[in-house]
Amino acid sequence: MWIWFHKFGSPRYFYDLAGRLIPWLGGACAVLMAVGLYLGLFVAPSDYQQGESYRIIYIHVPSAWMSMFVYVVMASAGTVVLIWRVKLAEIIASVSAPLGASFTFLALATGSLWGKPMWGTWWVWDARLTSELILLFLYFGFMALEAAIEDKRTAARATAILSLVGVINIPIIHYSVYWWNTLHQGATVTKMDTPSIHLSMLIPLLLMAAAFQLYYATVLLMGARTELLSRERRTRWVAEVIRNS
Amino acid sequence: MTPKRRKRVMLISLMVLGIGGATALGLNAFRQNLLFFFSPSQVANGEATTDRAFRLGGMVVDGSLAREDDGLTVRFAVTDTAEVVNVTYTGILPDLFREGQGIVAMGRLDQTGVFKAEEVLAKHDENYMPPEVGEAMKAAQRAKARVEN
Repeated sequence: MWIWFHKFGSPRYFYDLAGRLIPWLGGACAVLMAVGLYLGLFVAPSDYQQGESYRIIYIHVPSAWMSMFVYVVMASAGTVVLIWRVKLAEIIASVSAPLGASFTFLALATGSLWGKPMWGTWWVWDARLTSELILLFLYFGFMALEAAIEDKRTAARATAILSLVGVINIPIIHYSVYWWNTLHQGATVTKMDTPSIHLSMLIPLLLMAAAFQLYYATVLLMGARTELLSRERRTRWVAEVIRNS
Repeated sequence: MTPKRRKRVMLISLMVLGIGGATALGLNAFRQNLLFFFSPSQVANGEATTDRAFRLGGMVVDGSLAREDDGLTVRFAVTDTAEVVNVTYTGILPDLFREGQGIVAMGRLDQTGVFKAEEVLAKHDENYMPPEVGEAMKAAQRAKARVEN
């Protein structure tokens, strides 16, 4: 395990491995997203109450899940940065932040578009919506703090602390619909008893969720490779990579 | 793990625990203020303020919806299965508004105990199913109710 940890953490090894993984991950993402969108938008039946409008969940729900997942990845990378000072973890956290912010924005925007016809309002200050908005600001804060500190390694440690402080928001987002009366409905898929969504609607949703995960993995690896080259530009292995390309 | 790293792990765990504890205490203190709406039972117990506008949430009672002659004003009753509050509202109702549906209304109580709503929002539940399944479930419930009566 420790050998693997060090090997994976070595910039050279990671650069090559990521380069080989990207086409596979990206291809799988494209296939799943195409199938998921087709099944979700054309094959899945309309909802008994919301009609066709419910189909926005195929974008809204995966992006909301990803907004929290990316934050957890960022905070975990931050923990590794603080304890082991692994350069690769600094890069993963740094590349994840704008991606997570995009997923959060997408979740808020699609939710708002759906909220107007269904709830009768674009926005309400209930616990779920507010905590998700705080998540967006946490991502913005992370990026602003990183940009404000010149030295990348110092910036990584400062932002790691910020991401760990903010991680408390993740359980709040998830349980907000149970702890307080909110306008936002409770969880559908992760309920302990049977999921209260029909199978024909659930399958495209899960496909889309997998596609979003793969999208994140692909873009994360691409961004991490670029960032790695830029940060390690003075080392011998980067010079070798550039000579061979 | 080197002693230095062990110390860092300890520091980070303490930090996360501290922030978690502080947040839990804070949220607990503001529990009431974070409620998006009050239920009819809470209103009946006098937990909701009468001098200020507040939100009322619950299910629209079946068969309680009535329209005034002006075509815009509606009257309906909201329940949480224990207590009932009567509501009047003038304006356009959201798509999902119907009897048996959860709603949240913003407004205030008048002297007679009727809730005058200024805004009505529909609260969606977490169930998604095709129309045929929804119909079948409703039919099953009706059949069950008939047997029980």
